[in-house]
Amino acid sequence: MQKLPAGRKRSYLMYTLTGLKLKNPAILAAGVLGTTGASLCRVAREGGAGAVVTKSIGPAPKTGHPNPSMIKLDCGFLNAMGLPNPSYPGFLQELEFAKNNSDVPVIASIFGGTPSEFAEVAEGLLPAKPDAFELNVSCPHAEGYGAAIGSNPCLVEAVTAAVKDVVNVPVWVKLTPNVADITCTGNAAESGGADAVVAINTVKGMAIDIESGYPILGNRSGGLSGKAVKPVAVKCVYDLYTALEIPVIGVGGVSSWEDAVEMMMAGASAVQVGSAVYDRVDIFSEIGSGIEAFLKRKGYSDIKKIIGLAHEMV
Amino acid sequence: MLPLNATITQITEESSLIRTFFFDHRFEDMEPGQFVMVWVRGVDEVPMGLSRKNSITVQKVGEATSKLFELKEGDSFGLRGPFGKGFTLPAKGEKVLIIAGGVGAAPLSPYAEAAFAAGAEVNTVLGARSAEHLLFEGRFEALGKVYVSTDDGSKGIKGFVTDALKNLNVAAYDRIAVCGPEIMMVSVFRFLEEKKVLDKAEFSLHRYFKCGIGVCGACCIDQSGLRVCKDGPVFSGVQLIGSEFGKYSRDASGRRVKI
Repeated sequence: MQKLPAGRKRSYLMYTLTGLKLKNPAILAAGVLGTTGASLCRVAREGGAGAVVTKSIGPAPKTGHPNPSMIKLDCGFLNAMGLPNPSYPGFLQELEFAKNNSDVPVIASIFGGTPSEFAEVAEGLLPAKPDAFELNVSCPHAEGYGAAIGSNPCLVEAVTAAVKDVVNVPVWVKLTPNVADITCTGNAAESGGADAVVAINTVKGMAIDIESGYPILGNRSGGLSGKAVKPVAVKCVYDLYTALEIPVIGVGGVSSWEDAVEMMMAGASAVQVGSAVYDRVDIFSEIGSGIEAFLKRKGYSDIKKIIGLAHEMV
Repeated sequence: MLPLNATITQITEESSLIRTFFFDHRFEDMEPGQFVMVWVRGVDEVPMGLSRKNSITVQKVGEATSKLFELKEGDSFGLRGPFGKGFTLPAKGEKVLIIAGGVGAAPLSPYAEAAFAAGAEVNTVLGARSAEHLLFEGRFEALGKVYVSTDDGSKGIKGFVTDALKNLNVAAYDRIAVCGPEIMMVSVFRFLEEKKVLDKAEFSLHRYFKCGIGVCGACCIDQSGLRVCKDGPVFSGVQLIGSEFGKYSRDASGRRVKI
């Protein structure tokens, strides 16, 4: 065990993920509280997130789908935002603000319709010095974007390679669960040079207002997040951990430290938290301290001991 | 929470541009200043302050509100809420000043009534573009003094609510509640800042909402990152010092737009 200077508290949680130093494995997921630099800083500071991922940014301004764009269900949340974003030139000032005012890694989530659009957006955001990029090839409800690319392994590889070509920071690829076998697209991301994969984006879903017969979401259908999708995410992470060499970041229904530990035991090197900010913005600190207490109680010397632990239990 | 089906029981024409829609559900636990997401099916869903436990009062401004104006008694819309943080209720014996501009009187009217019911003294500064557009004058008059201003001078002082405010001793009030167009609210903000009473004041903000439940982040304000839909829409004057309030907001894509 590494010796620490007298009086300094040992941190069980400090570790490095694709070269980024994390003080907490709970990271803000893309598309949640990430539209403005100030909001990202609030999640980092007040919320205690180990890193923050921005709203997905594309090549041109988009207003997204009409409302209702998100509703709470008993089992989770259903949303169809439609990738609203101010375009990369419009987002530069927000990203710069987040970088200059938060002391955690800031990851830029980006999307495009083609490999060259992905590269254009990544290059366009480089002046703000994001610590990493996360490629959104998994949004289930934006025509021509997201999962339209992410369900085709050849395109996933091409998009990943195109971004890797133009940036020298880590590139994470966020995968969709709405495919027959997520390890195919995971492998494609790895072949394209991805430094990590992030799994999962939302699961396709829909809700209908029985009083009127109208689908509730403005886009008619959307993606399910929250509690309901956690077992789906755990299984995807478990399979990806087996199939890939690169780290897997687990996301989907994590709303407590127990959920985070479960996701890490399935093979996640870190977790992302999205919908759970509904209950409290400081959910990230709560998860971090919960994991730390768990590690101490169980006698694990550091967090890496639990990553993929379930795979050893056969 | 799925949208509840609200059937319109009565429509009151408040002015040529403003209508009150009464519906068959009462939000008994609503805090005055909270809002509901009003779903005009097949069109859009927009935030509206509750003007009573069972009504919203709407100004026709865009596609969703125009469609809402086409609805008749017996028609229905979807409602989610009430959401957000409302105005702080006074203690018995406190003095409350309401400052309302245009349709901003809508969420302030139930607040004024709740404050009065709590035993506070409630006076109101009510402004509008003309006499015809003064909203809920009678509801405020039933509680205390009402100081009126109109842009065209058709009733009360000719000018803005700040012109009416100049004749009042704002320092004599324990609480000041403000809602109206942002241009109006920011001039009230500056006036109250000058009088050093910002700490007593609360403002109800409008921003573009997507989720309405504090998750997506579309309505966050600079530099605090506070969410208007969940941490607001009512903020204390002190929370707004040095903020984007009165300077810019963001549109549906997140681009900054000057106020």
